[in-house]
Amino acid sequence: MRPILMKGHERPLTFLKYNRDGDLLFSCAKDHTPTVWFADNGERLGTYRGHNGAVWCCDVSRNSARLITGSADQTVKLWNVQTGAQLFTFNFGSPARSVDFSVGDKLAVITTDPFMELTSAIHVKRIAGDLTEQTEESALVIKGPQGRINRAVWGPLNTTIVSAGEDAVIRLWDSETGKLLMESNKDLGHKKAITSLSKSRDGSNFVTGSLDKSAKLWDTRTLTLIKNFVTERPVNAVAIAPLLEHVVLGGGQDTSAVTTTDHRAGKFEAKFYDKILQEEIGGVKGHFGPINALAFNPDGKSFSSGGEDGYVRLHHFDPDYFNIRI
Amino acid sequence: MAFERSDPNQSKPSKLRWGELEEDDDLDFLLPPREVIGPDENGIKKVIEYKFNDEGNKVKITTTTRVRKLAKARFNKRALERRNWEKFGDAVREDVGSRLTMVSTEEIILERPRAPGSKPEEMKVAGDSLAQLTKGGAVLMVCRTCGKKGDHWTSKCPYKDLASPAETFVDKPTASETSVAASGSSKGAYVPPSMRAGAERTAGSDMRRRNDENSVRVTNLSEDTREPDLLELFRPFGAVTRVYVAMDQKTGASRGFGFVNFVNREDAQRAINKLNGYGYDNLILRVEWATPRSN
Repeated sequence: MRPILMKGHERPLTFLKYNRDGDLLFSCAKDHTPTVWFADNGERLGTYRGHNGAVWCCDVSRNSARLITGSADQTVKLWNVQTGAQLFTFNFGSPARSVDFSVGDKLAVITTDPFMELTSAIHVKRIAGDLTEQTEESALVIKGPQGRINRAVWGPLNTTIVSAGEDAVIRLWDSETGKLLMESNKDLGHKKAITSLSKSRDGSNFVTGSLDKSAKLWDTRTLTLIKNFVTERPVNAVAIAPLLEHVVLGGGQDTSAVTTTDHRAGKFEAKFYDKILQEEIGGVKGHFGPINALAFNPDGKSFSSGGEDGYVRLHHFDPDYFNIRI
Repeated sequence: MAFERSDPNQSKPSKLRWGELEEDDDLDFLLPPREVIGPDENGIKKVIEYKFNDEGNKVKITTTTRVRKLAKARFNKRALERRNWEKFGDAVREDVGSRLTMVSTEEIILERPRAPGSKPEEMKVAGDSLAQLTKGGAVLMVCRTCGKKGDHWTSKCPYKDLASPAETFVDKPTASETSVAASGSSKGAYVPPSMRAGAERTAGSDMRRRNDENSVRVTNLSEDTREPDLLELFRPFGAVTRVYVAMDQKTGASRGFGFVNFVNREDAQRAINKLNGYGYDNLILRVEWATPRSN
């Protein structure tokens, strides 16, 4: 396949997200400016100007009308996707790390980093339909001395919140009361910080990637470990393919290779694994730096990866991708 | 006046040459019509045109193009509306010449994982039994007498009476052991890229030319041997680009020999060292360089 290279960001990419219809791709990077691209040919549509810090995460509403972004400048902003106008700003006491719209887009879960005396926290905010009525009030705040929470997403039917972070433990919280419902098994779970989390299409399972060079597939309701995928590199980004039974991992730097100047440039790859057999199917090379973000188009026929090199690479699969056999 | 040409030597022409078709002198200025053979499943489209060149001869021009669909058609009505949105933010001042979005010049493929005997930084496929035998880069022990891999060397073979290798076969067990040990080094030791197994010695080498220098001839193959068998047999030694088994067209059996092309010369050398004299499907293989090489 011929990937489309999009160099809109000057700094490393942090997150990628497709909209529900699969025609827009949102990219967040450390350069303060989230960007939206057309997902078929990679043409840039626009940028959202307003943040003063690295943008860590974003999510888009189901009708692709609203974008929410979380940034290191301690704010979370709501944008009009079409015009790029800022609609609302939530202020926090510490950098916002992860944002996720609920099913129905009426709530958003936001995590903030530990900062000075503040511990990390998970905030739930109500998102009003008419944003002139929007308030900064939190519906729920969950605090805990857990270290940085890298990702928090809604569980099935918005009844639970799943959080994963630097302490390598995945926690399941009740979204109404904020009570901790369960934690992942410490012996079976990750041994180092969890960097990324991605839900399956129906939300019944999710995969987490960690610096311990593995990714694990869990059941969302019971936090049972289902599968384990092993790589040689610390994992920075994970994605579950919506069409075939594949999981994609994107990773970082092998420490022994740091000082070498390899004449093969562009060798950081996104590794494809069979979700059921846990075996590696192959890798897609091309990035000049560790891959920090991965996203699959909801139609399953293309995916994109964002790297430390500031490039977004958009890949449309060849027909023989769909015929891969182990 | 029309005349027919027929070639008595051709009992049944497989391809009717258009120049030998019925020629009508009166209508010589007419050309056969332009044909378009539409995009097939690989996207290959052929356009065949006929014209007169400068000397007045009929010339056939075949243009073969690869039709690539870069994007799927959008079905969603709202997605189509979004296509017409105005640019905003930094994209407003974008001119057509800005190279923000580019199609890659390189063709990137989903590379399947390599066989375990090759570069140490590649993934070991978990399900491969040879991977379990080699156990993290250790030496692959092949016994030439009984053909069992991974258990014992030839000198320690418990089935010594089966078939002893002939003295004419090249035998360099110690050299191959050290080279394999160096390439399959323990994961902890740092090996610079120029010394890793499979590293290219000269920068910018012509891949295909070196490939043909890394060609290995295999003789005394059994008649059931086919290309996949050779591939499976030689893959543990390294990346194989091409396998070929000479076939007898009439019987469909192998003519007893074939060729294997490796990417790396070292892998080819190791394959020769280990598989020469290897018992494979009731015959003892003879494995050597394709054209005689003085090392």
